[in-house]
Amino acid sequence: MSAVIREPSDVAPAPYVAHHFDDAEQQFEASTLGMWIFLATEVLFFGGALSAFAYYYWQNADAFEAASNHLDLVAGTINTAVLLSSSLSMVLAVHAAQTAGRGRQIFWLLVTFALGAAFLGIKTYEYAHKFHEGLVPGPFFRYAGPNAPQHEMFISFYFALTGLHALHMIIGLGIMGTLTVLSWRGWFSPAYFTPVEVSGLYWHFVDIVWIFLFPLLYLLGRH
Amino acid sequence: MTAHVTSPRTYVFVFVALIALTALTVTAAQIDLGWMNAVVALAIATLKAFLVVTFFMGLRFSSFVSRVWLLAAVAFVLLLLGGSLDDLFTRHTATYLPYEQMDGAVPGIGLDGLPTRPAH
Amino acid sequence: MAVTAFDSRPDPSVTFGAVHPGTNYLNANYGVRSWLFTKDHKRIAILYLVTITIMFAVGGLAALAIRLELLTPAGDLVGDDTYNKLFTLHGVVMVFFFLIPAIPAVLGNFALPLMIGARDLAFPRLNLLSWYVFVVAALFTTYAMLTGGVDTGWTFYTPYSTEASNTNVTTAGLGIFISGFSSILTGLNFLVTIHRMRAPGMTWTRLPLFAWGLYATSIIFILGTPVIAITVLLVALERTLHLGIFDPALGGDPILFQHLFWFYSHPAVYIMILPAMGVTSELITCFSRNKIFGYHFIAASSVAIALLGFLVWGHHMFVSGQSVHASLVFSFLSFFVAIPSAVKVFNWTATLYKGSITFETPMLYALGFIGLFTIGGLTGLFLAAIGVDVHVHDTYFIVAHFHYIMVGATLMGYLGGLHYWFPKITGRMYPENLARVAAFLVFIGFNLTFFPQFVLGYLGMPRRYHVYPDEFQVLNVLSTAGASILGVGYLLPFLYFLWAFRYGAFASANPWHSSGLEWTTPSPPPTENFDVTPVVTNDPYEYPAYVPPRK
Repeated sequence: MSAVIREPSDVAPAPYVAHHFDDAEQQFEASTLGMWIFLATEVLFFGGALSAFAYYYWQNADAFEAASNHLDLVAGTINTAVLLSSSLSMVLAVHAAQTAGRGRQIFWLLVTFALGAAFLGIKTYEYAHKFHEGLVPGPFFRYAGPNAPQHEMFISFYFALTGLHALHMIIGLGIMGTLTVLSWRGWFSPAYFTPVEVSGLYWHFVDIVWIFLFPLLYLLGRH
Repeated sequence: MTAHVTSPRTYVFVFVALIALTALTVTAAQIDLGWMNAVVALAIATLKAFLVVTFFMGLRFSSFVSRVWLLAAVAFVLLLLGGSLDDLFTRHTATYLPYEQMDGAVPGIGLDGLPTRPAH
Repeated sequence: MAVTAFDSRPDPSVTFGAVHPGTNYLNANYGVRSWLFTKDHKRIAILYLVTITIMFAVGGLAALAIRLELLTPAGDLVGDDTYNKLFTLHGVVMVFFFLIPAIPAVLGNFALPLMIGARDLAFPRLNLLSWYVFVVAALFTTYAMLTGGVDTGWTFYTPYSTEASNTNVTTAGLGIFISGFSSILTGLNFLVTIHRMRAPGMTWTRLPLFAWGLYATSIIFILGTPVIAITVLLVALERTLHLGIFDPALGGDPILFQHLFWFYSHPAVYIMILPAMGVTSELITCFSRNKIFGYHFIAASSVAIALLGFLVWGHHMFVSGQSVHASLVFSFLSFFVAIPSAVKVFNWTATLYKGSITFETPMLYALGFIGLFTIGGLTGLFLAAIGVDVHVHDTYFIVAHFHYIMVGATLMGYLGGLHYWFPKITGRMYPENLARVAAFLVFIGFNLTFFPQFVLGYLGMPRRYHVYPDEFQVLNVLSTAGASILGVGYLLPFLYFLWAFRYGAFASANPWHSSGLEWTTPSPPPTENFDVTPVVTNDPYEYPAYVPPRK
């Protein structure tokens, strides 16, 4: 591990640099490292749930694959495209913070917000449909086909995994909203865009979780 | 502040690649490849994640430590999965003997697991 | 900001005065708001100290009730269900709300920035947030315990916890889930601080070993805590929303729960011990006036313990129905994880060799740590052997083993660290002779409490039972007697620390003549820690070059 030896400077850092940091560079590096470490915890959080899913999948591969066909492939695919688009708009928002004024920043942040909201809207539609069909875990589960317990297990995982993902999306929307307000107040510039960068990392991570959830939940049984 | 500004063109290219990979994975899922379906799906997902991490999240510009943490997290998820699957897969390869069968199973050890005394 | 270079060895000709003539972090501003909205890591450490002491008292009262019940073979003091709730309360509170946060959140928060020459942790507001999250979690869990309790044991095994238990599993589980965020934020803060905020000249190989211990602990915070979070969340979701992940009727596997649970909960015990080991390194060097023997090995062994500790979780599951093959693998790996711990014990012992040893209270606790940790660790090796574990699993042998580590080692490390840094934290000295008496009471009381439990377990008394055969009574009575002595031993520091905070003798900047950057600041330090950023030019623990005048 190499040493980061920072020579303290005699110049007072800019006002957006917190007092315990030596300079903006240290603050930026600390913030991005902090976010990557936080994302590591999220990898393990979802990873634990996915490990449980994989464990049961190995025991019930056929039943899980059959249960996967309950899910709406079109909705899932559209949602994947929506999230990928939101990642694009997010990096463009970071780019705008790095290079442009708040007009473009706000535009791309709002696009990201809208796409995230669209994702949640489609998800709500999917959930409502599931409730309607009785594919809800618990006492109201109804499925007339074979291997009903395994189907209910799969549906439990579906709701647990996509529900946790949706919760992270909602938090992400809150972050986007906050960033939009801060951008409007002129906080971000090429000299200081750390919160946008760091929020972008979070947003992309939530997208990556969906990149894995989509095939594991929607695509296993399509053949 | 040193920051790596990637051009929007790169981002759009990566986005198009991600959409193409999504289409690919949906198509591949509908072809029956047996157990390879899961492998292909996960491989494509991993590639998409790699693209997002490298280009959208800028990990190639980030510090070595950040990359170590991400890899460590993935490695430890695989460790959890590996350990529990190892248990699952080997559940029926060796079993403890039922109590009734223990007497005489190991020479000199009785039902209580203790050495039998030779009869006087 | 001007830079002066000075090395971290204390200069006896410079006195900082009994109390810093200017303001320090305690009197910088007054009022509840200045404490509740502070960003100063030292004040946050005090906030944690208060909360953790309260939680220790809660867990301790449960222990008192348990030991009183176990005085007699019959279940006469409390009923069966109540007893289940008592040991669950004791376990949950002590593990999640005392042992895991104590040294990192109190001593680590206070000392880490000072030790590495930083003005604060990397994310002061996240630090404060971690305390608030901890308080919310503690309230949640205490509420769950007080309004009916939980009777599953702190291990929450399914399907009892998901299906059959009609107690406050969900609320307590959510409390534990929230406390996990507190751990993660603390760990994140420590990691980024150590990576990015060391003073000039403070290279990785000049880091104090307490910092290395906190670094290794933070690795486990980050990689382990999320797994217990998802596990406890899935249990809560199953109880509330009927997401039947562990439901046997849907194919749910109780062993899967145990894999998920122990994947965190085994590394969690290394969260508890690694900071205490770091404290011990500081204390052994200071009070034997010796450079640490094998600095690189101790630093590397901290990280090795953190990483190897993730490979052995299945040794809690030898009798659960886990496959023989997996059990053998975990048993084999469990022997390996003892090696780095042994390296430390040998190195501390070698540090003592030809040292100039004095027996101030912190040193008493450190020496007690080494002895009791060795016993606890060796009995852990016994348990790593499947043949032994099958016989003593779920008996008092296990209880004794982990209490030797958690109480005999971690808690003594915590007390040793509190005594050592007390003058720095408060600017006062605690009463030394009374503290030594308390340390002896703790040591004697501890051994009287828990050594009989090794015998009890070996003789076959199961854990979590409050009714037992008559022949076990003598040992149980001894254990309870020890527990009362231990309780007095814990009560004394609580009282004399409070007394000393107000009436104790004023402490100089470096009353122990210790090396380390934190001892170059006044006692108590000013809010910004250092008037000028220190530049480090020498290795830690360079004691033989400086011998203090003896009184």
